[in-house]
Amino acid sequence: MSENSENVDASRAPRRIGKPASRVSRLFESRQLGWAAFAIAVLFPFVLASNYAMSIGTTAVIFILLASGLNIVVGYCGLLDLGYIAFMAVGAYTSGIISKAWELPILFTIPAVLLMCILAGLVIGGPTLRLRSDYLAIVTLGFGEIIRLTANNLAITGGPSGIYGIPGVSLFGLDLSGPVPYYYFCVVVVALMVLGSARLGKSRLGRAWRFVREDEDAAEAMGIHTYKVKLAAYIFGAIWGGIGGVLFASHLSAISPQSFVFLQSALVLMAVVLGGMGNTRGVVVGAVVISLLPEFLRDMGNLRYVIFGVVLVAVMVLRPQGFWPSRAYEPDLPPAVKDDAGGGPDAPVTTAKGGTP
Amino acid sequence: MSPLLEVNELQIAFGGVKAVNGLSFSADAGEIVSVIGPNGAGKTSAFNCITGFYKPVSGTVTLDGADITGKRPAVIAATGVTRTFQNLRLFPDLTVLDNVRGGMHLYGGQNFVDALFHTPRYRRSERAYTDEAHRWLDFVGYKGGRGIPVRNLAYGQQRQVEMARAMARKAKLVLLDEPGAGLNHSEKRDLLELCRKIRDLGAAVVLIEHDMGVVMEVSERVVVMNFGREIADGTPDEVKRNPAVIEAYLGKEDEPGPDEAGPGGPERGES
Repeated sequence: MSENSENVDASRAPRRIGKPASRVSRLFESRQLGWAAFAIAVLFPFVLASNYAMSIGTTAVIFILLASGLNIVVGYCGLLDLGYIAFMAVGAYTSGIISKAWELPILFTIPAVLLMCILAGLVIGGPTLRLRSDYLAIVTLGFGEIIRLTANNLAITGGPSGIYGIPGVSLFGLDLSGPVPYYYFCVVVVALMVLGSARLGKSRLGRAWRFVREDEDAAEAMGIHTYKVKLAAYIFGAIWGGIGGVLFASHLSAISPQSFVFLQSALVLMAVVLGGMGNTRGVVVGAVVISLLPEFLRDMGNLRYVIFGVVLVAVMVLRPQGFWPSRAYEPDLPPAVKDDAGGGPDAPVTTAKGGTP
Repeated sequence: MSPLLEVNELQIAFGGVKAVNGLSFSADAGEIVSVIGPNGAGKTSAFNCITGFYKPVSGTVTLDGADITGKRPAVIAATGVTRTFQNLRLFPDLTVLDNVRGGMHLYGGQNFVDALFHTPRYRRSERAYTDEAHRWLDFVGYKGGRGIPVRNLAYGQQRQVEMARAMARKAKLVLLDEPGAGLNHSEKRDLLELCRKIRDLGAAVVLIEHDMGVVMEVSERVVVMNFGREIADGTPDEVKRNPAVIEAYLGKEDEPGPDEAGPGGPERGES
């Protein structure tokens, strides 16, 4: 109690989490967890390999990719984006249109997808990122709708009926379009992308994103060009979303504007918030929950959305910082002491990594 | 040789209020200059203008001969200006070390490709960032935990972290906006020592301070502001004897007649 009264800023109290790492939180921060998650994803088809399970699994994996992309924008940089699914639409339509028009394998469309996503990031981010918080959210909401309505009304995007017959993935002559191979393909791609977003978060650029999130003026005073940094977050988010769109288009082989409605943006955002903004691991957990929970509740018929909603509200009330929030902690040994404390938890990591099989 | 920082006839207006009205002063490398004045004299506004947070109506700010008037704060910071804020502006949810790394953004040393592939360049620059952060925390005499979020620190420690972050910018010009506010006596002693250490690194230190003891002891030169412009500029002793300064701080003896420092009478509540 006395601790709380000292800290006047009680509204942000739930995020005050920073005691030195206990054994449990060390476990939660260990590097092996990522491998464990990857192993679970790889082993899943051995447990359940029906077409239905594979389809759900692939959708969930793609959803993880989207959530980790939105995490860059919302979690790291603190920019509330309510139209994130627009970038997925850009990626899906670009690869769909190009692969159909020139009968290209879908992987060959990726350079064009990247280009279009960067362009979309610039076009959407350019004007909107001068706005702050609430205004930004409303404008991104608008842009999300603009992209969907554009796709709904253009001839090249197939109008309301969308695009059919988008090819599956093949790699070095190997057909990966079957349910199980495609699932594995998605797992590998998404694992790499998730790792990438986590690494970005721990870099100079990732720190700059957090500085902007925490205090834009202070960041600016330290020479961080906040506009460029925010635009970079937007572009990376767009690329992650666009790749998600490619996987999505190839998975369903058909896309239409109905796939990119606001509800989808909201669900991705929910995954990020529920999982724990700014922490890749939390976001992955959040994405899995959001994409799989409705499936587990399928027996309940229409009631499942009610239960889904109640669960979400309950989580947000009981744990507003998300399942697994990012935790600001790092070993605090100054360089001189580090050498003496050779047995410390952080020093031998690099050598130990080589030793473990 | 022209001085490092030169502020010339600076004017800032908010609607009809001229917060800064024709301020001119300068600061040299290796010099500690204090800016003092009653509340509302325009000291912080002037700082915000020098660092680019406010756009001046007229006047110029030059740093090392280069015109930085009205540029973006990040651009001004890149030319070699660093600052602290009157009310702490740290990154509350980030660790102490990360906060200090905030001052090092312009060191560069890696790009996103390095980060994605964890190249040797990335590892090297990350290690350098961490070493530097420790070095600057040592420099300001910070003794607390370094891997914990700054929001958990005591106020005096947060001040130190903000100082370390500002110093990590390695700027030619260091602007300190009331660095002593809320510090106890011994912390203020340390602050004086720190200001001298910063000066000895060759930077120009400009500080806003209300504690006259601090001001008179540490500064080589004192600029007194009132009503948005300087009313005196000189060594502490000169300033102490300046009648305009005494008037601004203690008020004028009861005599009729307009006041030459600016419109309206000086604030009497100030001590």
